[in-house]
This record gives sequence, C-alpha cells and structure tokens, in this order.
Amino acid sequence: MLEIKCPYCGKRSQNEFSYGGDANIKRPELGKEVSDREWDDFVYFRKNPRGMHLELWHHVAGCRQWFKVSRDTSTHEIFKTSKINEEL
Amino acid sequence: MQKYSIFSLIKNALSNHQNWEVAWKDPEPKKEYDVVIIGGGGHGLATAYYLAKEHKITNVAILEKGWIGGGNVGRNTTILRSNYMWDANGLFYEHGMKLWENLSQELNYNVMYSPRGIINLAHSDAQLNAYSRRGNSMRLNGIDAAMLGREELKKMIPFADFSKSARFPIFGGLMQPRGGTARHDAVAWGYARQADSMGVDIIQHCEVTGFEVQDGKIMGVQTSRGNIKAKKVGLCVAGSTSLLAEKLNMKLPIESHVLQACVSEPVKPFLDHVVTFGAGHFYCSQSDKGEMVMGGDLDGYNSYAQRGNLPTLQHVLSEGVAMFPNLSRLKMLRTWGGIMDMSMDGSPIIDKTHIAGVYLNCGWCYGGFKATPVSGWTFAYTIAQDRPHELNSKFKLNRFNKGRLIDEKGVGTKTWIG
Repeated sequence: MLEIKCPYCGKRSQNEFSYGGDANIKRPELGKEVSDREWDDFVYFRKNPRGMHLELWHHVAGCRQWFKVSRDTSTHEIFKTSKINEEL
Repeated sequence: MQKYSIFSLIKNALSNHQNWEVAWKDPEPKKEYDVVIIGGGGHGLATAYYLAKEHKITNVAILEKGWIGGGNVGRNTTILRSNYMWDANGLFYEHGMKLWENLSQELNYNVMYSPRGIINLAHSDAQLNAYSRRGNSMRLNGIDAAMLGREELKKMIPFADFSKSARFPIFGGLMQPRGGTARHDAVAWGYARQADSMGVDIIQHCEVTGFEVQDGKIMGVQTSRGNIKAKKVGLCVAGSTSLLAEKLNMKLPIESHVLQACVSEPVKPFLDHVVTFGAGHFYCSQSDKGEMVMGGDLDGYNSYAQRGNLPTLQHVLSEGVAMFPNLSRLKMLRTWGGIMDMSMDGSPIIDKTHIAGVYLNCGWCYGGFKATPVSGWTFAYTIAQDRPHELNSKFKLNRFNKGRLIDEKGVGTKTWIG
C-alpha cells in the first residue's frame, strides 16, 4: 500500500488517489504555431525512467486537488510531494 | 539433438534419467554475430528460432540479463486468443493462433496448448451488440467466433452469478472456441532448445550496457561480459525497452507499468474455459493443477518494481467475486507482478529504427504472451529482410506521428488509466 502525503490533507492511503502521469510534460503554448513533431512529443512520448520520477497525482476521493510527487519507480519509495505551483 | 518421445523416455528411464542431454548449452559469447537479440524471454527466443528456421541465419546470440524465461513469459496468465476487431490486430494474432496449434509438434516440446475457448461476458444489451459487431469482424477475417445466450452460458459456466440479485446480470457472451491457454515456461524452454540445436548461442547473465553506433549504423553492443560486434541488433526487452532505447537516444511512446496476477489454492475442476468479466477488467481460468489463475487491472502508476500493491488486487478480486461468487471461499496461494511496456494506443511496435541495423519489438501491453510465436515470426522476418512483413506492417513506430493509431478499444491514449 502506498502512503501518499497530500500537501493539503496530509498522509492518506493510496485508495484515495488517482494517478496523472509524468509531471514534466508541458502543453505547447496556445496561439503559437506547433509542429507535428512537437505535438506528437507532447501527446505520446515519455521519458519513462527507472528511478526518480516526477509525477502528478489527484486526491480524487479527498480534497480533489492535483499535486506533484517525486517517487522511485523501481522501489515505489515516495521522496517528496508538493503543491502544483511549487517547485519540487 | 535428442528427440523427445515415448521411446526416449523409456530408454532414459532404464538409466535412471541420468543421461539426458542438456536442453540448451551455456556458451561463452563469441566476438561477433550476424544478429544479436537482446532479451531471452518468449519473444526473443522465438525470434532467434525463426531466424534460424525460416531465414537460415544461425550466427545469432540471445543476450539475457537474468535467466531465460524469468521475465514476463514466466509471469503471465497464459491466455491465447485472436478475438480482435481491427484487421491489423486480427490478422496478426490469427497467424499466431495457427502457429500455436502446431507448436508442440514443431518444437518437439509439449507446450500444453489447450483450446478450451475464451468467453467474454456481456452485461447489457449495448455490450452484447458491441460483441456481435466484434464477432462479425472476426469472422470476416476468418477467425472463429460465436455468440452465446444466457441459457447456453448457464450450462457452460454454471458457477457464474446467474441469480436475480446479480449486480451485473449476464446477458450473453462472445466466445472464441480456439482460444485457450498454454504452458508458459514450456514455450520459452521449447523455443530455447530448438534455437540452441540450430546453432543459436543463448547467453544468460549478460547485461547490455551500451551500443556502438557509427555513422547511423549499429556496430555492436557493450555488455557486462565484454564487447560483442553485431551486424544487426533486435530489442525484445518488454518493460525495459525505454531504458535501452535511451542509450540509443530514442524516446518511445511507452510507459512501464506493473501488472499483477494471482493463483488460488488448487481445487477440483469447476471452470472449463477462460472467462472475462464484461463490467470491469478481470479474467480467469483454471490451471491443470486446479489453481484458479486470475488477473485484471494495472496498478496504474509507472513502475519497474515487478511487484504491486494490495488495493489493486482487492479491486480485481472483488470483480472476480461478482462474477463467480464461490471464489470468495478460496485461499490465495501466490501473487506476483510483471512490468508491462504500455504503448500509447494499446498495440505493439515491431519496426526498424532510425539507426540502420537496430530493430524494435515492444509495446505489448498486457497481451504479449499470446503473441509469442507470431511476434518472433514477424520480428525474425523484419530483421532478416530489413523490412516489415505484411502482418506487422501496421505496427510502425511512426504511426503516432502519422495519426494511424491502432486503438482496438477506442479509448485513445493512456489506455491503462481509468
């Protein structure tokens, strides 16, 4: 069982959260010409590292806030969590 | 190579089974190979076998970091099927089913192919309509499919919940009678033994640490047991594909996720088919030993850990109990996890890469085991001929960029979420 520390509610069990994937993905800016390759990269391509992974989680059965988590994909250890607008 | 038969069994019984030949050798890596296959799982072993058999390329090495058959080919729920709707998938997996049907004879190794039929249960009229559409598409591609009514299903799977109080009442189902199961380890060992007998070097405990590329062309691989030159290199490493691709400066449309499976204590025969739950993600069959073999959803977050957490198992098994209420009386014997190479449209990638002589076989999601023979068969063709076979011509790496996704389930990207 993962125990995830929501930056708003504190430590809760994994059951209350849903996963939102890689937090490094940035949507191409609106109103700017976007090449097919950039869009392709944004939608489909991922670094998929083994080890430290910066990712988004959603406290869906709690305060419903999105936040950032740094977690080890090879051990599932959670290093740190932060609010979405904070640097991790 | 010594042929396995009733006569060789009797002969060896007389000498107390002390004189069997080794099934495959343990060679030192040579300096150079025509083809190096990275990954000694089912797909890698099958690729080497078909390279030798179909294309007469025998100067081949399989490099395996651990031991052969220790990854996903030893961790799956052994289900075989070709019940797909899209042509690209249907024709590909159906070729695989044809290979499965004769595999024990071909490999002289009993892979225990059991065409017990796979049944997808439907729990609403809409779902029944969707299944009949899929069944019709399958039959147009020459794949066997049959619609089953509630009364027929009562006779076939009497222990399913047909009561009035069922939360998800069973309306009917789609069946592929030739679908079924096979013995997963035997598949790896059978391919390994035949590949070895044709001259393929199976090199275990040999980790690939880097690649040598010159002017956009592969020259060889660096390994924990020294440098090995190679004219061609094929990647068959499932969940670890992104890690090797990074060493080639490639980013892939893949995330690695952990999928758990489990078996119960063995009980007397009560389930003759493979059955899937239509109102969630759960599938089960009964092994020859009597254990219920069960699986379902991914844990749902990026993972390379080969183990998962209990909330997912609880979720999956609660679906199982909704389908077969008597499962709740069984004790769990074992659970385990494997790392799935989840592609962004749910379909595999078997293709060339931007580096001449490097070939990619990945993106199998949950469905790699059933594809073992056809994956090896088409990947061997792609490597030997330096172009995809018609069967894997749609499984291209650039299909994401071109908008030619093969999204069998029609759920777009991130098929593993929700």
